[in-house]
Amino acid sequence: MPVMEYIDAIRLAMKEEMELDERVFVLGEDVGVKGGVFTTTKGLQEQFGEQRVLDTPLSESAIAGVAIGAAMYGMRPIAEMQYSDFMLPATNQIISEAAKIRYRSNNDWNCPLVVRAPIGGGIFGGLYHSQCPESIFFGTPGLKIVAPYSAYDAKGLLKAAVRDPDPVLFFENKKCYKLIKEDVPEDDYIVPLGKANVLREGDDITVIGYSLPLHFAMQAAEELEAEHGISSHILDLRTLQPLDREAIIAAARLTGKVLIIHEDNKTGGVGGEVSAIISEECLFDLDAPIRRLCGPDVPAMPISPPMEKFFLLNKDKVKEAMLELALY
Amino acid sequence: MNAKTPLEQKLKHEQLGLSDQKVVEMYKYMLLARKLDERILLLQRAGKINFHVSGIGQEVAQVAAAFALDRERDYFLPYYRDYGFVLAVGMTLKELMLSSFAKAEDPNSGGRQMPGHFGSKRLRIVTGSSPVTTQVPHAVGFALAAKMQKKDVVSFVTFGEGSSNQGDFHEGCNFAGVQKLPVIIMCENNQYAISVPIHKQLAGKVSDRALGYGFPGVRVDGNDAFEVFAAVKEARERAVRGEGPTLIEAMLYRLSPHSTSDNDLAYRTKEEVEENRKKDGIPRFKQYLIECGLWSEEQDAALSKELAEQLKEAIEYADRAPFPKPEDTLLHVYADEGEEK
Repeated sequence: MPVMEYIDAIRLAMKEEMELDERVFVLGEDVGVKGGVFTTTKGLQEQFGEQRVLDTPLSESAIAGVAIGAAMYGMRPIAEMQYSDFMLPATNQIISEAAKIRYRSNNDWNCPLVVRAPIGGGIFGGLYHSQCPESIFFGTPGLKIVAPYSAYDAKGLLKAAVRDPDPVLFFENKKCYKLIKEDVPEDDYIVPLGKANVLREGDDITVIGYSLPLHFAMQAAEELEAEHGISSHILDLRTLQPLDREAIIAAARLTGKVLIIHEDNKTGGVGGEVSAIISEECLFDLDAPIRRLCGPDVPAMPISPPMEKFFLLNKDKVKEAMLELALY
Repeated sequence: MNAKTPLEQKLKHEQLGLSDQKVVEMYKYMLLARKLDERILLLQRAGKINFHVSGIGQEVAQVAAAFALDRERDYFLPYYRDYGFVLAVGMTLKELMLSSFAKAEDPNSGGRQMPGHFGSKRLRIVTGSSPVTTQVPHAVGFALAAKMQKKDVVSFVTFGEGSSNQGDFHEGCNFAGVQKLPVIIMCENNQYAISVPIHKQLAGKVSDRALGYGFPGVRVDGNDAFEVFAAVKEARERAVRGEGPTLIEAMLYRLSPHSTSDNDLAYRTKEEVEENRKKDGIPRFKQYLIECGLWSEEQDAALSKELAEQLKEAIEYADRAPFPKPEDTLLHVYADEGEEK
């Protein structure tokens, strides 16, 4: 099984799905000749041609809207938003249109669309190349939202998203692109949407999160085990919408102490909903108040290194929060 | 609209390749749309239905455009005033009434959307929404897909002149122009965006905007069925030849208030409306048919009677039809397990 980077796994997923199904095509800014600003689509245009790896005008609402039209026709478009920060002009198309097409047509039309968008900071991207916009779309029924942490999941979830008959927002973490390297099978597998994944089993505390911060939690868990004998149970949500309620409740019940982590800011974030599910379903199984460690409630991440560092989660911050919870 | 021009012996519709039978059929759809619209307005006033957005004054352009398309194969993205258009591409009175009454059997949305939000996969009428002009990029997407699949079909999209100021109009046009896609983009310029008249919406012509996107833009008299038909027909021919999009601006006038919730005399005068009523394209078209010897007042009276019957039947059916089950509110957010589409 080859070791590959998270970004290679995403590229491989697109390549495989395009080989399997000629209705699958990629469109977005710089996705063609350049192969994407992060190289996510590198080599795809050489293999599949200009039509199926389409360089579009700089026009996010059209990228989404045209993809929606093509999806309703019966194609399987993968629309790339260069940075998730720039997908807001497409929000009307995504929320008013893609999310509601099946519902408003009483199941007559559907919209099998994937919108890929890189999220997250830590690359000195400043306010507008660092955001995590999942909370903008979260809570919009009709959309599915995926945010993989591992390379294995990135490939399997993207393939599942392409085959899904409904619109899926695929939030890939740009810091993970090169940071996460692991065994990824080259065969055709999918990771089902809507299913969370236990990354590590433990019985003292539960950490629930998604995307990059889980990397810090995994490192911290390793150290806490060695240094303090604290055993951490870590749940990767993988799909943010629909949330895997059963997995969340089971993970919370298991230890009775829950820390929720994400890079998106705390207020209105996915963590609030996860916390509410736990409160509704298993409050009396808890041994400590639910904690959340998230990005601060500021408009977005500054570029200056100390400020960026302050904003971001890292292993030490996550470890400290885990330790505090374990000692509660 | 004289039947014969002095230079041509052929009748106008013959010059355009329209048979006698087709022009009579066009007239029937125009009149059907008008009668339907008037009746729905009455139903709303009588409290039988909740809401209506009228297309009165725009039927001629709508029906003419539909007849210039391939009604068996093209894809249609109408906007909420296009009753004439959707009737002409195959939606029935009963189906439209079911929508007005928000009944379960409504094929547009199962009683979920406001009336006028047309959609039918069977008829290739693409489901629409209320945020205006979002359908322009969708039409471009249909055209892109058709081109990728090497199908010689076109997509046809309409919207009002107010909507032509939305970003999606411009983004969609630019995308279509760059990719030379087979899409026909038709603005039904009815002179008002609810209460705001064109001189407060537009400093130039909608049709001129096509220049900036690298494809032709034409302005036609929307009350003249043959002008609209000719423009859409030519646009379709260009599209299937691979020459790309066309923007058509059909000039007409919204004779009704914006919707049943609007008092239009708060922002325009009765005199203005009456002045425009004189330009109504339906009597003009009827007169043309009579001049051609294809129609008579007797036939017209008989048709009106027949349409009234059809309407009565559709209304009775829709009125009696069951509402959706309350709990069906929860259906069709996503595909059901194992559902392919």
